[in-house]
Amino acid sequence: MTLTRRSALTSVAAAATLPLIRPARAQKPVIKIGVLNDQSGPYAQTGGKTSVVCTQQALEDFGVAAKGLNVEVISADHQNKPDLAVSIVRQWFDRDGVDMLLDVPTSSVALALQSVVREKNKVFLNSGAASSALTGAQCSPNFVHWTYDTYMLAKSTGGAMVKAGGDAWYFLTADYAFGKQLQSDTTGFITAAGGKVLGAAQYPFPGTTDFSSFLVQAQSSGAKVLGLANAGGDTVNSIKQANEFGLNNSMKIAALLMFITDVHALGLDVAHGLNLTESFYWDLNDRTRAFTKRVLPKTPNNYPNMDHAGCYSATLHYLKTVADMGAAEAKKDGVATVNRMKAMPVDDDCFGKTKIREDGRNLVPSFLFEVKKPSESKKPWDYYKLVVETPGNEAFRPLADGHCAFVKT
Amino acid sequence: MFGFSRAESIAFVVMLALIAVSPFVLYPVFLMRVLCAALFACAFNLMIGYVGLLSFGHAAFFGMGSYVAAWTMKFWGLDASVAIVLGGLTGAALGLVLGFLAIRRSGIYFAMITLALAQMVYFFCLEAPFTGGEDGIQQVPRGYLFGLIDLSNDMTMYWVTAAIFIGGFLLVHRIIHSPFGQVLKGIRENEPRATSLGYRTDDYKLIAFVLSCMIAGVAGGTKALVFGIATLTDVNSATSGEVVLTTLLGGLGTVFGPAAGALVVTSMENYLAQFGAWVTVTQGVIFMICVLAFRRGIIGELGAFFKISL
Amino acid sequence: MITIFGIPGPLLFGQLLLGLINGAFYAMLSLGLAVIFGMLNIINFAHGALFMMGAFVSWMLLNYLDIGYFPALILAPLIVGIFGIILEKTIISRLYKLDHLYGLLLTFGLALVIEGLFRNAYGSSGMPYRIPSVLQGAANLGFMYLPIYRGWVVLAALVVCLATWAIIEKTSLGARLRAATENAPMVQAFGVDVPRLITLTYGGGVALAAFAGVLAAPIYSVNPNMGSNFINTVFAVVVIGGMGSIMGSIVTGFALGVLEGLTKVFYPQASATVVFLVMVIVLLIRPRGLFGRAA
Repeated sequence: MTLTRRSALTSVAAAATLPLIRPARAQKPVIKIGVLNDQSGPYAQTGGKTSVVCTQQALEDFGVAAKGLNVEVISADHQNKPDLAVSIVRQWFDRDGVDMLLDVPTSSVALALQSVVREKNKVFLNSGAASSALTGAQCSPNFVHWTYDTYMLAKSTGGAMVKAGGDAWYFLTADYAFGKQLQSDTTGFITAAGGKVLGAAQYPFPGTTDFSSFLVQAQSSGAKVLGLANAGGDTVNSIKQANEFGLNNSMKIAALLMFITDVHALGLDVAHGLNLTESFYWDLNDRTRAFTKRVLPKTPNNYPNMDHAGCYSATLHYLKTVADMGAAEAKKDGVATVNRMKAMPVDDDCFGKTKIREDGRNLVPSFLFEVKKPSESKKPWDYYKLVVETPGNEAFRPLADGHCAFVKT
Repeated sequence: MFGFSRAESIAFVVMLALIAVSPFVLYPVFLMRVLCAALFACAFNLMIGYVGLLSFGHAAFFGMGSYVAAWTMKFWGLDASVAIVLGGLTGAALGLVLGFLAIRRSGIYFAMITLALAQMVYFFCLEAPFTGGEDGIQQVPRGYLFGLIDLSNDMTMYWVTAAIFIGGFLLVHRIIHSPFGQVLKGIRENEPRATSLGYRTDDYKLIAFVLSCMIAGVAGGTKALVFGIATLTDVNSATSGEVVLTTLLGGLGTVFGPAAGALVVTSMENYLAQFGAWVTVTQGVIFMICVLAFRRGIIGELGAFFKISL
Repeated sequence: MITIFGIPGPLLFGQLLLGLINGAFYAMLSLGLAVIFGMLNIINFAHGALFMMGAFVSWMLLNYLDIGYFPALILAPLIVGIFGIILEKTIISRLYKLDHLYGLLLTFGLALVIEGLFRNAYGSSGMPYRIPSVLQGAANLGFMYLPIYRGWVVLAALVVCLATWAIIEKTSLGARLRAATENAPMVQAFGVDVPRLITLTYGGGVALAAFAGVLAAPIYSVNPNMGSNFINTVFAVVVIGGMGSIMGSIVTGFALGVLEGLTKVFYPQASATVVFLVMVIVLLIRPRGLFGRAA
């Protein structure tokens, strides 16, 4: 009995001494990439493990070993909680020597991390979060917004819906930074085109799975379009339940942020006819098909979407920059690394040739797609018809309208 | 001076030494998390350990303290010390209102009522504009203490946090060993008897509850200062459950139990974080083991082993 | 369009109906809690987790064994009920001699374990469970589309609640149960196996939660947090109704669901808190609950 008590105590003591600071003793500087995203919640399919796979694909395609670089990738689940993310990332920077923070969906989390990355002067390449404030009021010289944002989604999908006659809207909005920003950006395009917004229901995120009472409100509002200012599993659930309550008979549904992974989860019999915007589609051209062919064996049940493609593209460009300026220099100064990234032309299989603007906005093209009917789909994940393409320099908010503080105008 | 027994004095000195040495060995941000959790658990222990009332909603006071401190620092630019005091006062005020309702019942009812009331506070925080809803209050500057000491350095912040913890710890100890504390113990052991001796037991319980909530609010405010963020996680019912676990594991009604519990629970969270939901499973298993076989907790068992009271 | 107090009729009726559906879940869950509390004198904090387990078992039956919704409606409560009986026999029964608070803490820990295990295995994003084809589609009620499945939920919940009430109040087994609640040693002296009665009660209460879980699966998509989302509100319902009262928890459950629906029409921001506000008022005026007997 005495023994067991003692040994129990020693193990407690041992546990307490575990968080010792381990001195880094590597000869060659190790570049560490930390992929932080939702790996178990509503955004686990849109980002999650496939983002990590695509990041590693970039290491492989770049050939880190052959170029004499020493690169490591680690990942964690932030569960969409800003405070959890802040404590993970502080630890990554302070103790694990992470140099570049990647992906980070969920705008509230991304906004919370913006100041941590700036304080520690590291690099933050965001593919998964959408709030356009990240390159506007909350911009940072350590930050690049890689793939999409609320302004671009609102312009592409929202603009197209109003043009097609959907001039009275009701929003179903996830109540956090992203949803609110997406709603307000879309509202801007609706009113500019002469339409109006009749109402909005903001629901708690994460954790809402039953949207029925909001849908009943939307139905009685008399609006023509139901605008879904949400993402991932929430979008899938709200579209399903809208069908259940017969909303698809009386209104058009605009999914403002939807990925191919969500279309897959819904199935074409429910999703066909929806309009949505992505900046990447695996079956777009020879280069995207080649990229998909390379990553697919590692993530066979989840085709890459634009978030995943962004992780690949961002990592590849980051590695090119690091190789160009030297790993030791890149580790030292996050702002200098990002400035060098902005100076170098971006080119990869996912988005082709693009350019990173001064405020940290990567100007990728945006594509408005329509989801195919089940009869039109000829092969696995053959889901999209291209409606219209917007080139990168027109897709995003003009530089001057963002009022980013560090950009000199 | 604070009514420590010999054994307690030794334990107190050991604790002080650990607090002084550990930041040179361990990651200070992690230690600050432990200290905030420990202070919170001390506050909770005042209720369960000495009044015998199990509050299942203490996160409400912790979380509101954290929101108010974060908000006043960020938008009014208040000094860190003032913000933390305001956090404590918020906890106390909320405790007065909710406590007034909750102490009408005891035992399981008290637990359920505090749980439900805390849930109401949670929904209030979700809707109220000043909390930032799901985004929380972010990017709170640490600023200066008394307008002089720059808190942006982790080590400086650590010493401040340590001082707050020790202050709160001694306050709880002082309360327990005061005549007031003796009456509380009397109520815990036999409430009808305390009533028959002429004590207004409800008043005593309410005062103890308010004090406990005040300290919880200070702990929340300190946490907001350390991490620069106040979110719904702080008012969540999971946080309420965690403080129960911390205190139970350390030892209900022991002086040093909450601190020991906080160290173990926080380290566990830290190291199990990468295994996702295993944190919850482990917490649940510890709960069950504590209840079934280990009801005195770490410090309680230690004390029983050495035949001393800690 | 008809308006009532300036509110469009469809909206009012629609929200009331949805409130009734939520109320059905409150009623079934608080009923189980009340039955268990009456007999075991513990608050079953694991109730939400067992509700979730009911939904998961039906999902597993469908996906692993190809057993559909209607058989699952019987099988899942049976399986979870047996699980509950094992729990009671092996763990919970050890606590009867201790302070009731320990029962609460133990079941709380149990809930964490169950939820954590499911979250590990299936993630927290939730898995879809299709509505059985017989109950698909919607009925046009004129003022709204009522999905047939949701109508079915209210109906099934009512039947099960009333059946439980009848068993406890009108059968000889129920009479023994009630007697044991009043005075266990006396009943034991008459030759009734009280420990077995206690075990069966726990199993039965848990099975009720699991039944509610199966009903909820197609609506809320099966996810590990579905129980904890509900359970705090259900605790408030139990406090309002008065613990230990069977009819009280049924009536209170449905009534509060409807009240919540009404709040969604008139002041949506308060819809999540209204149940707790009612609880505060009840505590101030009648601390033992609306239907509770004096302690």
